[in-house]
Amino acid sequence: MTTRLHASDLAAQLADGSVTSVEATQAQLDRIAMVDGDLNAFLHVDAEGALAAAADVDARRAAGETLPTLAGVPIAVKDLINTTGQPTTAGSKILEGWIPPYDATVVARLRAAGLPILGKTNLDEFAMGSSNEHSAYGPARNPWDTGRIPGGSSGGSAAAVAAYEAPLALGTDTGGSIRQPGAMTGIVGVKPTYGGVSRYGVIAMASSLDQVGPMARSVLDAALLHEVIAGHDPRDSTSIDAPVPSVVEAARRGDVAGLRIGIVREFGGEGFQPGVQRRFDEAVAKLAEAGAEIVDVSCPSFQHGIAAYYLVMPSEVSSNLARFDAMRYGLRVTPEGNPSPSAEQVMAATRDAGFGDEVKRRIILGTYALSSGYYDAYYGSAQKVRTLIAQDFSAAFGQVDVLFSPTAPTTAWRLGEKSDDPLAMYLEDVCTIPANLAGVPGISVPIGLADDSGLPVGGQFLAPAQADDRLYNAGAALERLVPAPVLEEVAR
Amino acid sequence: MSSPLSREDVAHLASLARISLSDAELDRLGAELPAILDHVAAVQGVVESAGTDVAPMSHPVPITNVFRADEPTPGLSRDEALAGAPAAEEDRFLVPKILGEEA
Repeated sequence: MTTRLHASDLAAQLADGSVTSVEATQAQLDRIAMVDGDLNAFLHVDAEGALAAAADVDARRAAGETLPTLAGVPIAVKDLINTTGQPTTAGSKILEGWIPPYDATVVARLRAAGLPILGKTNLDEFAMGSSNEHSAYGPARNPWDTGRIPGGSSGGSAAAVAAYEAPLALGTDTGGSIRQPGAMTGIVGVKPTYGGVSRYGVIAMASSLDQVGPMARSVLDAALLHEVIAGHDPRDSTSIDAPVPSVVEAARRGDVAGLRIGIVREFGGEGFQPGVQRRFDEAVAKLAEAGAEIVDVSCPSFQHGIAAYYLVMPSEVSSNLARFDAMRYGLRVTPEGNPSPSAEQVMAATRDAGFGDEVKRRIILGTYALSSGYYDAYYGSAQKVRTLIAQDFSAAFGQVDVLFSPTAPTTAWRLGEKSDDPLAMYLEDVCTIPANLAGVPGISVPIGLADDSGLPVGGQFLAPAQADDRLYNAGAALERLVPAPVLEEVAR
Repeated sequence: MSSPLSREDVAHLASLARISLSDAELDRLGAELPAILDHVAAVQGVVESAGTDVAPMSHPVPITNVFRADEPTPGLSRDEALAGAPAAEEDRFLVPKILGEEA
């Protein structure tokens, strides 16, 4: 059954001719038709486009052409990333039905490498959320228990990969939105170094934090996808013009003997679910048995990461989402009972009707944080905390090669459980946010099921900027020491 | 810093952000935003206790202006550019009237 294969194994079967891309793509489409009614992982499925791309790859292979490694392996793309020929909604009503006139650079690279795009996956509106409950098109659900959230904001991508609807997916991570849903659905998720993957054509939430990255069912698969999408893009002024580290080679190596692994003292204890903490402690013990040197590390400023993040992020949100003004694209709503409204009134009515609660909350918070009289106290101070966090990372990476922590303090919660308490939801990102503030890369790797909830737990490695290969090396080693839990079937 | 954000303040911020809010939304945000602001205001104390020499960091990588060579390259066609617009007329975006509305 090709839908259960890792992307690397499917690629090998495509290369040796034992399966065609059309067969593999059709199998994924059949799987989506079978389970997505329960999961709502996809907002749009493009069967015709995916099968045409697959047929093209099959024809080129049959003609003897040498193709890229992942050619013919189908993929799902988060609906925050622009795709020609398919809608891009950002999970918002304000962009319902909008079809971008150009491909994001990452999508252009997928197409060039021959990956058929199955469709667009569900997300918290404009990537704002930690549970996927803030999608205007209904929540995606966790395949381990459809009464629970899959994590957010790339929850649709995570659910799709975990439930065998796609072997690979793209997500975006602004405060943990690839790693946290990866952990909660038992798959691998990577936030590359900031600037390592182009953001051109990715709808911006918070530009100094957003990063596109791979989601997959193995560390090697994530590395193979990472090498397809990474690298300099002249269309993105924040794109790093330097060679991409050999992450595939690192994922094949997977050896922690002699590796210095720092355990962040501040990420544990109170607020961490006991079942999560136990799996994490076991993973640390196994890494030590395999020859890693475990070092206790303190990063005191990390505990202020959430406060700094919830100032920097909404400030950038309030600016980035100003472009949704009812003029150029998307929804336009005329205020009721006003036959000749002004542009301003149309804009205000459109943004009220088009944006959901969490988006409004963040835009207004950002408008306040940037307002005259409060700018220095809030935004200015948050930027300085960002510096302190970067300094903590520098000091830590002076002592150790990578840092290791739980990815999230809890396993997946029930739908609606935290909906009325935005602060409680924000606290779920405590372990992931520092990496976004400082721009360093992170990977979440499954480390088993929590004994108190029976749900997947993730372990997170963090590495210095542009040392993404260290994540793949450590992640692949951990994957061998602690095999990922296997989802038998979607649990209703 | 205490953040006594009243319901009226929220309404004012919403108007600055060009979002019409219902009474129910104003009530809810009026209750939620002060709680969030109380939490995030902690950043000030952190900076004060760290001493004076903390440079603000707006971005994780150094940012410089990037200029491409001044050469014509293909862009979107007129039809492509107008395809996503809510309304178009005579090959132009059709937008609500803004001139003379203050009169």
